[in-house]
Amino acid sequence: MSVLLIAEHNNKELRPFTLNAVSAASQIDTDVHAIVIGQNCDGAAKALSELPLVKKVIHVEAAYYENFVAENFAPVIVKLAENYSHIVCSANTFGKNLMPRVAAALDTSQISDIIKVISADTFLRPIYAGNAFATVKSKDTKKCVTIRPTSFDPCESSGGSAPIEKADPGEEFGHTKFIKREEIKSDRPELGTARVVISGGRGMQSGDNFKLITSIADKLNAAIGASRAAVDAGYISNDHQVGQTGKVVVPDLYIAVGISGAIQHLAGMKESKIIVAINKDGEAPIFSVADYGLEADLFEALPQFLEELNKLNTIQK
Amino acid sequence: MKILVAVKRVIDYNVQVRVKEDNSGVVTDNVKMSTNPPDDNAIEEAVKIKEAGKATEVIAVSIGEEKAQETVRKALAVGADRGILVKSEGNVEPLAVSKLLQKIVEKEKPDLVFMGKQAIDDDCNQTGQMLSALLNWPQATFASKIEIKEKKLEVTREIDEGLETIEIDIPAIVTCDLRLNEPRYASLPNIMKAKKKPIEQVNAADLGVDTSPRIEQIKVEEPPKRKAGIKVSSVAELVQKLKNEAKVI
Repeated sequence: MSVLLIAEHNNKELRPFTLNAVSAASQIDTDVHAIVIGQNCDGAAKALSELPLVKKVIHVEAAYYENFVAENFAPVIVKLAENYSHIVCSANTFGKNLMPRVAAALDTSQISDIIKVISADTFLRPIYAGNAFATVKSKDTKKCVTIRPTSFDPCESSGGSAPIEKADPGEEFGHTKFIKREEIKSDRPELGTARVVISGGRGMQSGDNFKLITSIADKLNAAIGASRAAVDAGYISNDHQVGQTGKVVVPDLYIAVGISGAIQHLAGMKESKIIVAINKDGEAPIFSVADYGLEADLFEALPQFLEELNKLNTIQK
Repeated sequence: MKILVAVKRVIDYNVQVRVKEDNSGVVTDNVKMSTNPPDDNAIEEAVKIKEAGKATEVIAVSIGEEKAQETVRKALAVGADRGILVKSEGNVEPLAVSKLLQKIVEKEKPDLVFMGKQAIDDDCNQTGQMLSALLNWPQATFASKIEIKEKKLEVTREIDEGLETIEIDIPAIVTCDLRLNEPRYASLPNIMKAKKKPIEQVNAADLGVDTSPRIEQIKVEEPPKRKAGIKVSSVAELVQKLKNEAKVI
Protein backbone atom coordinates (compact mmCIF):
# COMPACT_ATOMS: atom_id res chain seq x y z
CA MET A 1 0.00 0.00 0.00
CA SER A 2 1.01 3.60 -0.42
CA VAL A 3 1.56 6.62 1.79
CA LEU A 4 -0.73 9.64 1.63
CA LEU A 5 1.15 12.83 2.48
CA ILE A 6 -0.90 15.88 3.43
CA ALA A 7 0.81 18.93 1.96
CA GLU A 8 1.03 22.15 3.91
CA HIS A 9 0.83 25.22 1.69
CA ASN A 10 -0.54 28.74 1.45
CA ASN A 11 -2.59 28.03 -1.72
CA LYS A 12 0.10 29.64 -3.90
CA GLU A 13 3.12 27.63 -2.85
CA LEU A 14 4.20 24.80 -0.59
CA ARG A 15 5.28 25.61 2.91
CA PRO A 16 8.97 24.60 3.24
CA PHE A 17 8.40 21.77 5.73
CA THR A 18 6.27 19.89 3.23
CA LEU A 19 9.59 18.87 1.65
CA ASN A 20 10.78 17.40 4.95
CA ALA A 21 7.47 15.57 5.35
CA VAL A 22 7.79 14.09 1.85
CA SER A 23 11.26 12.81 2.78
CA ALA A 24 9.89 11.16 5.90
CA ALA A 25 6.95 9.68 3.98
CA SER A 26 9.29 8.20 1.38
CA GLN A 27 11.22 6.41 4.13
CA ILE A 28 8.00 4.63 5.13
CA ASP A 29 7.13 3.59 1.58
CA THR A 30 8.47 4.83 -1.74
CA ASP A 31 4.98 5.06 -3.24
CA VAL A 32 4.19 8.53 -1.91
CA HIS A 33 1.01 10.27 -3.02
CA ALA A 34 0.55 13.84 -1.90
CA ILE A 35 -2.76 15.57 -1.34
CA VAL A 36 -3.17 19.32 -1.65
CA ILE A 37 -6.41 20.75 -0.30
CA GLY A 38 -7.18 24.42 -0.74
CA GLN A 39 -8.69 27.09 -2.90
CA ASN A 40 -7.01 28.25 -6.11
CA CYS A 41 -4.05 26.15 -5.10
CA ASP A 42 -2.84 25.15 -8.56
CA GLY A 43 0.55 26.64 -7.71
CA ALA A 44 0.97 24.37 -4.71
CA ALA A 45 -0.26 21.33 -6.68
CA LYS A 46 2.25 22.03 -9.44
CA ALA A 47 5.11 22.45 -6.96
CA LEU A 48 4.18 19.10 -5.39
CA SER A 49 4.15 17.38 -8.77
CA GLU A 50 7.73 18.55 -9.33
CA LEU A 51 9.05 16.77 -6.24
CA PRO A 52 10.79 13.65 -7.60
CA LEU A 53 9.77 11.57 -4.56
CA VAL A 54 6.05 12.21 -5.15
CA LYS A 55 4.41 9.64 -7.46
CA LYS A 56 0.97 11.21 -7.68
CA VAL A 57 -0.68 14.45 -6.61
CA ILE A 58 -4.31 14.60 -5.52
CA HIS A 59 -5.73 18.08 -5.87
CA VAL A 60 -8.93 19.03 -4.03
CA GLU A 61 -10.49 22.48 -4.36
CA ALA A 62 -13.35 24.25 -2.60
CA ALA A 63 -13.94 27.76 -1.30
CA TYR A 64 -14.20 26.45 2.26
CA TYR A 65 -10.69 25.00 2.06
CA GLU A 66 -9.13 28.44 1.69
CA ASN A 67 -8.18 28.80 5.35
CA PHE A 68 -7.18 25.22 6.20
CA VAL A 69 -9.96 24.58 8.74
CA ALA A 70 -9.34 21.06 10.07
CA GLU A 71 -13.07 20.31 10.38
CA ASN A 72 -13.37 20.81 6.61
CA PHE A 73 -10.14 19.04 5.69
CA ALA A 74 -10.61 15.85 7.70
CA PRO A 75 -13.60 14.29 5.84
CA VAL A 76 -11.97 14.35 2.39
CA ILE A 77 -8.75 12.84 3.78
CA VAL A 78 -10.72 10.16 5.61
CA LYS A 79 -12.57 9.28 2.41
CA LEU A 80 -9.35 8.90 0.41
CA ALA A 81 -7.60 7.06 3.24
CA GLU A 82 -9.04 3.68 2.25
CA ASN A 83 -6.43 3.44 -0.51
CA TYR A 84 -3.50 4.04 1.80
CA SER A 85 -1.60 2.28 4.57
CA HIS A 86 -0.23 5.49 6.09
CA ILE A 87 -1.37 9.10 6.36
CA VAL A 88 1.56 11.45 7.03
CA CYS A 89 1.80 15.14 7.86
CA SER A 90 4.19 17.57 9.55
CA ALA A 91 3.91 17.98 13.32
CA ASN A 92 3.54 21.74 13.20
CA THR A 93 0.39 23.60 14.20
CA PHE A 94 -1.26 22.72 10.86
CA GLY A 95 -0.67 18.98 11.22
CA LYS A 96 -1.19 18.89 14.99
CA ASN A 97 -4.59 20.47 14.52
CA LEU A 98 -5.63 18.22 11.65
CA MET A 99 -4.18 14.73 11.99
CA PRO A 100 -5.88 13.62 15.23
CA ARG A 101 -9.23 14.50 13.68
CA VAL A 102 -8.41 12.18 10.78
CA ALA A 103 -7.01 9.47 13.05
CA ALA A 104 -10.04 9.39 15.34
CA ALA A 105 -12.38 9.15 12.34
CA LEU A 106 -10.32 6.18 11.11
CA ASP A 107 -10.20 4.67 14.62
CA THR A 108 -6.42 4.78 14.54
CA SER A 109 -4.11 5.53 17.44
CA GLN A 110 -1.94 8.29 16.01
CA ILE A 111 1.84 8.40 16.41
CA SER A 112 2.86 12.03 16.90
CA ASP A 113 6.04 13.89 16.15
CA ILE A 114 8.34 11.08 15.02
CA ILE A 115 12.04 11.84 14.58
CA LYS A 116 13.01 8.60 12.83
CA VAL A 117 11.40 5.94 10.68
CA ILE A 118 12.67 2.55 11.88
CA SER A 119 10.32 0.49 9.71
CA ALA A 120 6.87 0.89 8.18
CA ASP A 121 5.26 0.30 11.59
CA THR A 122 7.99 1.31 14.04
CA PHE A 123 9.11 4.83 14.80
CA LEU A 124 11.26 6.82 17.21
CA ARG A 125 9.69 9.77 18.98
CA PRO A 126 10.70 12.08 21.83
CA ILE A 127 8.60 12.12 25.00
CA TYR A 128 8.84 14.24 28.16
CA ALA A 129 10.12 17.28 26.26
CA GLY A 130 12.83 15.21 24.61
CA ASN A 131 14.20 13.87 27.90
CA ALA A 132 13.48 10.35 26.67
CA PHE A 133 13.19 8.73 23.27
CA ALA A 134 10.52 6.05 22.82
CA THR A 135 10.59 3.39 20.14
CA VAL A 136 6.96 2.65 19.34
CA LYS A 137 5.25 0.15 17.07
CA SER A 138 1.79 0.71 15.69
CA LYS A 139 -0.59 -2.24 15.71
CA ASP A 140 -3.28 -0.43 13.72
CA THR A 141 -3.79 -1.53 10.12
CA LYS A 142 -3.91 2.08 8.99
CA LYS A 143 -1.32 4.38 10.49
CA CYS A 144 -1.55 8.11 11.11
CA VAL A 145 1.87 9.64 11.67
CA THR A 146 3.04 13.20 12.18
CA ILE A 147 6.72 13.90 11.64
CA ARG A 148 9.02 16.43 13.27
CA PRO A 149 10.16 18.37 10.21
CA THR A 150 13.58 19.37 11.51
CA SER A 151 14.51 15.71 12.00
CA PHE A 152 14.21 14.94 8.28
CA ASP A 153 16.10 16.58 5.42
CA PRO A 154 14.01 18.37 2.80
CA CYS A 155 13.56 16.37 -0.40
CA GLU A 156 14.61 17.49 -3.86
CA SER A 157 12.22 20.16 -5.05
CA SER A 158 12.57 19.89 -8.82
CA GLY A 159 12.88 17.40 -11.63
CA GLY A 160 9.72 15.39 -10.96
CA SER A 161 6.58 15.32 -13.05
CA ALA A 162 3.96 13.40 -11.09
CA PRO A 163 0.43 13.34 -12.53
CA ILE A 164 -2.07 15.65 -10.85
CA GLU A 165 -5.50 14.11 -10.28
CA LYS A 166 -8.48 16.15 -9.20
CA ALA A 167 -10.64 14.68 -6.45
CA ASP A 168 -14.10 15.72 -5.25
CA PRO A 169 -14.23 17.88 -2.17
CA GLY A 170 -15.78 16.63 1.04
CA GLU A 171 -18.73 18.27 2.71
CA GLU A 172 -18.38 21.62 4.42
CA PHE A 173 -18.50 21.34 8.22
CA GLY A 174 -20.36 24.60 8.77
CA HIS A 175 -19.82 25.19 12.51
CA THR A 176 -16.35 26.71 12.28
CA LYS A 177 -15.80 30.08 10.70
CA PHE A 178 -12.40 31.52 9.92
CA ILE A 179 -12.18 35.21 10.89
CA LYS A 180 -8.59 36.34 10.41
CA ARG A 181 -4.95 35.41 10.50
CA GLU A 182 -2.29 37.77 11.77
CA GLU A 183 0.93 36.61 10.20
CA ILE A 184 4.04 38.36 11.23
CA LYS A 185 5.91 39.17 8.05
CA SER A 186 9.65 39.33 8.18
CA ASP A 187 12.56 39.50 5.76
CA ARG A 188 14.56 37.25 8.02
CA PRO A 189 14.98 33.51 7.47
CA GLU A 190 12.18 31.39 8.96
CA LEU A 191 12.85 30.25 12.51
CA GLY A 192 12.34 26.59 11.66
CA THR A 193 14.78 26.50 8.75
CA ALA A 194 17.35 29.19 9.56
CA ARG A 195 21.04 28.21 9.62
CA VAL A 196 21.63 30.55 12.56
CA VAL A 197 19.18 31.34 15.37
CA ILE A 198 19.72 33.89 18.11
CA SER A 199 17.23 33.79 20.99
CA GLY A 200 16.54 36.03 23.93
CA GLY A 201 15.05 35.16 27.29
CA ARG A 202 13.84 36.82 30.42
CA GLY A 203 17.32 38.32 30.87
CA MET A 204 16.58 40.72 28.01
CA GLN A 205 14.40 42.63 30.52
CA SER A 206 12.31 44.39 27.87
CA GLY A 207 11.04 44.15 24.33
CA ASP A 208 13.04 47.22 23.47
CA ASN A 209 16.27 45.47 24.43
CA PHE A 210 15.60 42.85 21.75
CA LYS A 211 17.10 45.36 19.33
CA LEU A 212 20.50 44.18 20.61
CA ILE A 213 19.53 40.72 19.34
CA THR A 214 18.11 42.13 16.11
CA SER A 215 21.31 43.89 15.12
CA ILE A 216 23.32 40.67 15.56
CA ALA A 217 20.65 38.68 13.70
CA ASP A 218 20.99 41.16 10.81
CA LYS A 219 24.74 40.62 10.77
CA LEU A 220 24.52 36.81 10.83
CA ASN A 221 21.39 36.52 8.66
CA ALA A 222 19.84 34.74 11.62
CA ALA A 223 16.27 34.07 12.69
CA ILE A 224 15.18 35.44 16.06
CA GLY A 225 13.91 33.09 18.74
CA ALA A 226 12.75 33.51 22.31
CA SER A 227 12.09 31.54 25.45
CA ARG A 228 8.57 31.20 26.77
CA ALA A 229 9.42 33.57 29.60
CA ALA A 230 10.26 36.30 27.08
CA VAL A 231 7.04 35.70 25.13
CA ASP A 232 4.93 35.58 28.31
CA ALA A 233 6.49 38.84 29.46
CA GLY A 234 5.37 40.43 26.19
CA TYR A 235 8.90 41.17 24.91
CA ILE A 236 8.21 39.41 21.61
CA SER A 237 5.36 37.65 19.78
CA ASN A 238 4.48 33.97 20.19
CA ASP A 239 5.66 32.92 16.72
CA HIS A 240 9.25 33.29 18.00
CA GLN A 241 8.90 30.80 20.84
CA VAL A 242 11.36 27.92 20.86
CA GLY A 243 10.61 24.96 23.12
CA GLN A 244 8.43 21.99 24.00
CA THR A 245 5.22 23.78 23.06
CA GLY A 246 6.78 26.27 20.65
CA LYS A 247 9.00 25.56 17.69
CA VAL A 248 11.77 22.99 17.50
CA VAL A 249 14.85 24.33 15.77
CA VAL A 250 18.02 22.57 14.64
CA PRO A 251 20.27 25.30 13.25
CA ASP A 252 24.03 25.06 12.69
CA LEU A 253 24.43 27.76 15.31
CA TYR A 254 22.06 28.57 18.19
CA ILE A 255 22.89 31.53 20.40
CA ALA A 256 20.94 31.67 23.67
CA VAL A 257 21.10 35.07 25.33
CA GLY A 258 19.77 35.65 28.83
CA ILE A 259 18.03 32.26 28.75
CA SER A 260 18.42 30.11 31.85
CA GLY A 261 17.65 26.86 30.02
CA ALA A 262 14.44 25.38 31.44
CA ILE A 263 13.76 21.78 30.33
CA GLN A 264 10.93 23.11 28.17
CA HIS A 265 13.25 25.44 26.28
CA LEU A 266 16.04 22.87 25.86
CA ALA A 267 13.46 20.57 24.22
CA GLY A 268 13.25 23.02 21.34
CA MET A 269 16.94 23.65 20.64
CA LYS A 270 19.26 21.06 22.11
CA GLU A 271 19.72 19.20 18.81
CA SER A 272 21.34 22.33 17.31
CA LYS A 273 24.84 21.64 15.96
CA ILE A 274 26.65 24.37 17.89
CA ILE A 275 25.12 26.04 20.94
CA VAL A 276 26.38 29.27 22.46
CA ALA A 277 25.09 30.50 25.80
CA ILE A 278 25.53 34.03 27.10
CA ASN A 279 24.31 34.40 30.66
CA LYS A 280 25.53 36.18 33.74
CA ASP A 281 24.52 33.27 35.98
CA GLY A 282 27.36 30.76 35.69
CA GLU A 283 25.15 28.04 37.20
CA ALA A 284 22.37 28.42 34.60
CA PRO A 285 21.37 25.01 33.14
CA ILE A 286 21.80 26.36 29.60
CA PHE A 287 25.58 26.00 30.08
CA SER A 288 25.18 22.22 30.41
CA VAL A 289 24.18 21.96 26.75
CA ALA A 290 26.34 24.80 25.40
CA ASP A 291 29.43 24.11 23.31
CA TYR A 292 30.65 27.60 24.12
CA GLY A 293 29.53 29.35 27.26
CA LEU A 294 30.19 32.97 28.07
CA GLU A 295 29.46 34.06 31.61
CA ALA A 296 28.83 37.75 31.13
CA ASP A 297 26.32 40.56 31.35
CA LEU A 298 24.48 40.41 28.06
CA PHE A 299 24.17 44.19 27.90
CA GLU A 300 27.95 44.39 27.71
CA ALA A 301 28.52 41.20 25.72
CA LEU A 302 26.05 41.82 22.88
CA PRO A 303 27.48 45.19 21.75
CA GLN A 304 30.98 43.66 21.91
CA PHE A 305 29.75 40.66 19.93
CA LEU A 306 28.42 42.96 17.21
CA GLU A 307 31.69 44.87 17.17
CA GLU A 308 33.74 41.66 16.80
CA LEU A 309 31.48 40.50 13.98
CA ASN A 310 31.99 43.82 12.24
CA LYS A 311 35.75 43.41 12.61
CA LEU A 312 35.57 39.94 11.05
CA ASN A 313 33.81 41.33 8.02
CA THR A 314 36.44 44.00 7.64
CA ILE A 315 39.18 41.36 7.70
CA GLN A 316 37.33 39.25 5.12
CA LYS A 317 37.01 42.26 2.85
CA MET B 1 -24.06 26.63 30.31
CA LYS B 2 -22.07 23.68 31.52
CA ILE B 3 -18.32 23.29 31.03
CA LEU B 4 -16.48 19.99 31.28
CA VAL B 5 -12.73 20.25 31.82
CA ALA B 6 -10.39 17.31 31.32
CA VAL B 7 -7.30 17.24 33.53
CA LYS B 8 -4.36 14.82 33.47
CA ARG B 9 -1.98 13.82 36.22
CA VAL B 10 1.60 13.96 34.98
CA ILE B 11 5.15 14.14 36.31
CA ASP B 12 5.65 17.70 37.58
CA TYR B 13 7.14 19.97 34.94
CA ASN B 14 10.11 20.85 37.15
CA VAL B 15 11.21 17.26 37.64
CA GLN B 16 14.22 16.05 35.66
CA VAL B 17 12.78 12.92 34.08
CA ARG B 18 14.91 9.77 34.28
CA VAL B 19 14.72 6.69 32.09
CA LYS B 20 14.37 3.32 33.84
CA GLU B 21 17.41 1.08 33.68
CA ASP B 22 15.48 -1.69 31.95
CA ASN B 23 14.32 0.78 29.28
CA SER B 24 10.67 0.00 29.97
CA GLY B 25 9.71 3.60 30.61
CA VAL B 26 10.57 6.53 32.86
CA VAL B 27 10.89 6.51 36.64
CA THR B 28 7.63 7.52 38.32
CA ASP B 29 8.09 6.04 41.81
CA ASN B 30 8.56 8.74 44.45
CA VAL B 31 8.43 11.41 41.77
CA LYS B 32 6.36 14.56 42.29
CA MET B 33 3.18 14.52 40.22
CA SER B 34 1.05 17.53 39.27
CA THR B 35 -1.70 18.64 36.97
CA ASN B 36 -0.57 18.88 33.35
CA PRO B 37 0.25 22.64 33.11
CA PRO B 38 -2.07 23.70 30.25
CA ASP B 39 -4.90 21.76 31.94
CA ASP B 40 -4.55 24.27 34.79
CA ASN B 41 -5.20 27.00 32.22
CA ALA B 42 -8.28 25.09 31.04
CA ILE B 43 -9.72 24.92 34.57
CA GLU B 44 -8.88 28.56 35.22
CA GLU B 45 -10.68 29.67 32.06
CA ALA B 46 -13.78 27.63 32.88
CA VAL B 47 -13.89 29.01 36.42
CA LYS B 48 -13.45 32.58 35.13
CA ILE B 49 -16.35 32.09 32.70
CA LYS B 50 -18.49 30.84 35.56
CA GLU B 51 -17.47 33.76 37.77
CA ALA B 52 -18.48 36.11 34.96
CA GLY B 53 -21.97 34.59 35.16
CA LYS B 54 -21.73 32.92 31.76
CA ALA B 55 -21.58 29.33 32.97
CA THR B 56 -23.58 27.53 35.62
CA GLU B 57 -21.39 24.53 36.36
CA VAL B 58 -17.77 23.43 35.91
CA ILE B 59 -17.06 19.71 36.04
CA ALA B 60 -13.51 18.37 36.21
CA VAL B 61 -12.82 14.93 34.80
CA SER B 62 -9.65 12.87 34.88
CA ILE B 63 -8.80 9.48 33.50
CA GLY B 64 -6.21 7.43 35.28
CA GLU B 65 -5.37 5.44 38.35
CA GLU B 66 -6.89 6.06 41.81
CA LYS B 67 -4.30 8.75 42.54
CA ALA B 68 -5.58 10.90 39.69
CA GLN B 69 -8.25 11.81 42.23
CA GLU B 70 -5.72 14.32 43.63
CA THR B 71 -5.68 16.07 40.26
CA VAL B 72 -9.49 16.27 40.23
CA ARG B 73 -9.43 17.50 43.83
CA LYS B 74 -7.01 20.26 42.89
CA ALA B 75 -9.40 21.41 40.14
CA LEU B 76 -12.19 21.49 42.75
CA ALA B 77 -9.98 23.60 45.01
CA VAL B 78 -9.61 26.29 42.35
CA GLY B 79 -13.30 26.46 41.59
CA ALA B 80 -14.70 23.42 39.75
CA ASP B 81 -18.04 22.35 41.23
CA ARG B 82 -17.74 18.60 41.07
CA GLY B 83 -15.46 15.92 39.74
CA ILE B 84 -15.45 12.65 37.85
CA LEU B 85 -12.66 10.10 37.96
CA VAL B 86 -12.62 7.46 35.26
CA LYS B 87 -10.47 4.75 36.77
CA SER B 88 -8.11 2.89 34.48
CA GLU B 89 -4.78 1.19 34.90
CA GLY B 90 -1.69 1.55 32.78
CA ASN B 91 -1.16 3.77 29.80
CA VAL B 92 -4.37 4.92 28.12
CA GLU B 93 -3.69 6.29 24.65
CA PRO B 94 -5.29 9.57 23.50
CA LEU B 95 -7.70 7.71 21.20
CA ALA B 96 -9.05 5.69 24.14
CA VAL B 97 -9.07 8.78 26.37
CA SER B 98 -11.17 10.63 23.81
CA LYS B 99 -13.58 7.69 23.58
CA LEU B 100 -13.96 7.68 27.37
CA LEU B 101 -14.49 11.44 27.36
CA GLN B 102 -17.10 11.00 24.64
CA LYS B 103 -19.05 8.72 27.02
CA ILE B 104 -18.80 11.32 29.77
CA VAL B 105 -19.94 14.05 27.37
CA GLU B 106 -22.93 11.95 26.29
CA LYS B 107 -23.95 11.55 29.93
CA GLU B 108 -23.21 15.07 31.22
CA LYS B 109 -24.17 16.98 28.07
CA PRO B 110 -21.80 19.93 28.55
CA ASP B 111 -21.88 22.88 26.16
CA LEU B 112 -18.12 23.22 26.17
CA VAL B 113 -15.22 20.88 26.79
CA PHE B 114 -11.86 22.43 27.72
CA MET B 115 -8.49 20.77 28.17
CA GLY B 116 -4.80 21.57 27.77
CA LYS B 117 -3.43 21.56 24.24
CA GLN B 118 -0.86 18.90 25.02
CA ALA B 119 0.17 16.67 27.90
CA ILE B 120 3.80 17.17 28.87
CA ASP B 121 4.42 13.47 29.46
CA ASP B 122 3.64 11.79 26.13
CA ASP B 123 3.65 15.10 24.20
CA CYS B 124 0.98 13.66 21.87
CA ASN B 125 -1.25 16.70 21.31
CA GLN B 126 -4.22 14.61 20.14
CA THR B 127 -7.02 14.22 22.69
CA GLY B 128 -9.01 17.42 22.11
CA GLN B 129 -8.98 17.07 18.34
CA MET B 130 -9.92 13.38 18.57
CA LEU B 131 -12.81 14.11 20.91
CA SER B 132 -14.11 16.79 18.53
CA ALA B 133 -13.94 14.31 15.66
CA LEU B 134 -15.84 11.64 17.64
CA LEU B 135 -18.53 14.13 18.67
CA ASN B 136 -18.44 15.94 15.30
CA TRP B 137 -18.08 19.22 17.18
CA PRO B 138 -15.97 22.21 16.16
CA GLN B 139 -12.51 22.49 17.67
CA ALA B 140 -10.41 25.48 18.66
CA THR B 141 -6.91 24.25 19.41
CA PHE B 142 -3.99 26.17 20.98
CA ALA B 143 -6.35 28.86 22.33
CA SER B 144 -4.75 31.98 23.80
CA LYS B 145 -7.99 34.01 24.04
CA ILE B 146 -11.63 32.97 24.37
CA GLU B 147 -14.60 35.28 24.04
CA ILE B 148 -18.08 33.96 24.74
CA LYS B 149 -20.76 35.20 22.37
CA GLU B 150 -24.38 34.24 21.79
CA LYS B 151 -24.19 30.45 21.18
CA LYS B 152 -20.71 30.97 19.76
CA LEU B 153 -17.12 31.37 20.84
CA GLU B 154 -14.53 33.59 19.28
CA VAL B 155 -11.14 32.04 19.84
CA THR B 156 -7.64 33.31 19.11
CA ARG B 157 -5.31 30.44 18.29
CA GLU B 158 -1.53 30.40 18.43
CA ILE B 159 -0.24 29.03 15.14
CA ASP B 160 3.28 28.75 13.71
CA GLU B 161 2.85 31.87 11.58
CA GLY B 162 1.39 34.04 14.37
CA LEU B 163 -2.22 34.24 15.50
CA GLU B 164 -5.49 33.07 13.98
CA THR B 165 -9.03 33.96 15.03
CA ILE B 166 -11.96 31.63 14.44
CA GLU B 167 -15.61 31.59 15.45
CA ILE B 168 -17.11 28.27 16.45
CA ASP B 169 -20.64 27.23 17.30
CA ILE B 170 -21.40 25.81 20.74
CA PRO B 171 -21.14 22.92 21.62
CA ALA B 172 -17.41 22.95 21.04
CA ILE B 173 -14.01 21.74 22.20
CA VAL B 174 -11.24 24.14 23.14
CA THR B 175 -7.64 23.13 23.83
CA CYS B 176 -5.81 25.70 25.88
CA ASP B 177 -2.41 27.28 25.49
CA LEU B 178 -0.29 28.33 28.45
CA ARG B 179 -0.81 31.97 27.54
CA LEU B 180 -4.61 31.81 27.84
CA ASN B 181 -4.57 33.03 31.44
CA GLU B 182 -2.69 32.94 34.71
CA PRO B 183 -3.93 29.98 36.77
CA ARG B 184 -4.72 30.87 40.37
CA TYR B 185 -3.41 29.09 43.43
CA ALA B 186 -5.84 27.29 45.66
CA SER B 187 -6.35 29.03 49.00
CA LEU B 188 -6.37 26.96 52.16
CA PRO B 189 -10.10 27.54 52.85
CA ASN B 190 -10.87 26.50 49.27
CA ILE B 191 -8.72 23.39 49.61
CA MET B 192 -10.75 22.49 52.72
CA LYS B 193 -14.02 23.20 50.91
CA ALA B 194 -12.92 21.08 47.95
CA LYS B 195 -12.72 18.06 50.24
CA LYS B 196 -16.47 18.20 50.58
CA LYS B 197 -17.19 18.51 46.88
CA PRO B 198 -18.32 15.26 45.26
CA ILE B 199 -16.10 13.13 43.01
CA GLU B 200 -17.97 10.43 41.14
CA GLN B 201 -15.90 7.36 40.33
CA VAL B 202 -16.50 5.18 37.31
CA ASN B 203 -14.49 2.31 35.93
CA ALA B 204 -13.26 2.73 32.38
CA ALA B 205 -14.28 -0.87 31.72
CA ASP B 206 -17.91 -0.08 32.65
CA LEU B 207 -18.11 2.62 29.97
CA GLY B 208 -17.83 0.05 27.21
CA VAL B 209 -14.63 1.43 25.72
CA ASP B 210 -11.76 -0.79 24.67
CA THR B 211 -8.71 0.91 26.17
CA SER B 212 -6.16 -1.73 25.23
CA PRO B 213 -3.08 -0.13 23.64
CA ARG B 214 -2.79 0.01 19.87
CA ILE B 215 0.77 1.18 20.11
CA GLU B 216 3.44 -1.07 21.55
CA GLN B 217 6.16 0.76 23.40
CA ILE B 218 9.22 -1.27 22.51
CA LYS B 219 11.76 0.66 24.55
CA VAL B 220 12.46 4.01 26.14
CA GLU B 221 16.00 5.34 26.07
CA GLU B 222 18.01 8.33 27.17
CA PRO B 223 18.51 10.75 24.31
CA PRO B 224 22.11 11.00 23.09
CA LYS B 225 24.07 13.23 25.45
CA ARG B 226 25.77 16.36 24.20
CA LYS B 227 29.50 16.52 24.76
CA ALA B 228 30.43 18.93 27.50
CA GLY B 229 31.39 22.28 26.11
CA ILE B 230 33.82 24.90 27.32
CA LYS B 231 33.53 28.30 28.91
CA VAL B 232 35.15 31.15 27.07
CA SER B 233 36.50 34.17 28.88
CA SER B 234 35.68 36.93 26.44
CA VAL B 235 33.52 37.87 23.50
CA ALA B 236 36.63 38.05 21.30
CA GLU B 237 37.55 34.47 22.21
CA LEU B 238 33.98 33.35 21.52
CA VAL B 239 33.97 34.89 18.06
CA GLN B 240 37.39 33.38 17.24
CA LYS B 241 36.18 29.91 18.34
CA LEU B 242 32.99 30.21 16.31
CA LYS B 243 34.97 31.25 13.27
CA ASN B 244 38.06 29.05 13.42
CA GLU B 245 37.05 26.01 15.50
CA ALA B 246 33.31 25.52 14.92
CA LYS B 247 33.40 27.29 11.55
CA VAL B 248 29.80 28.44 11.84
CA ILE B 249 30.25 32.16 11.20
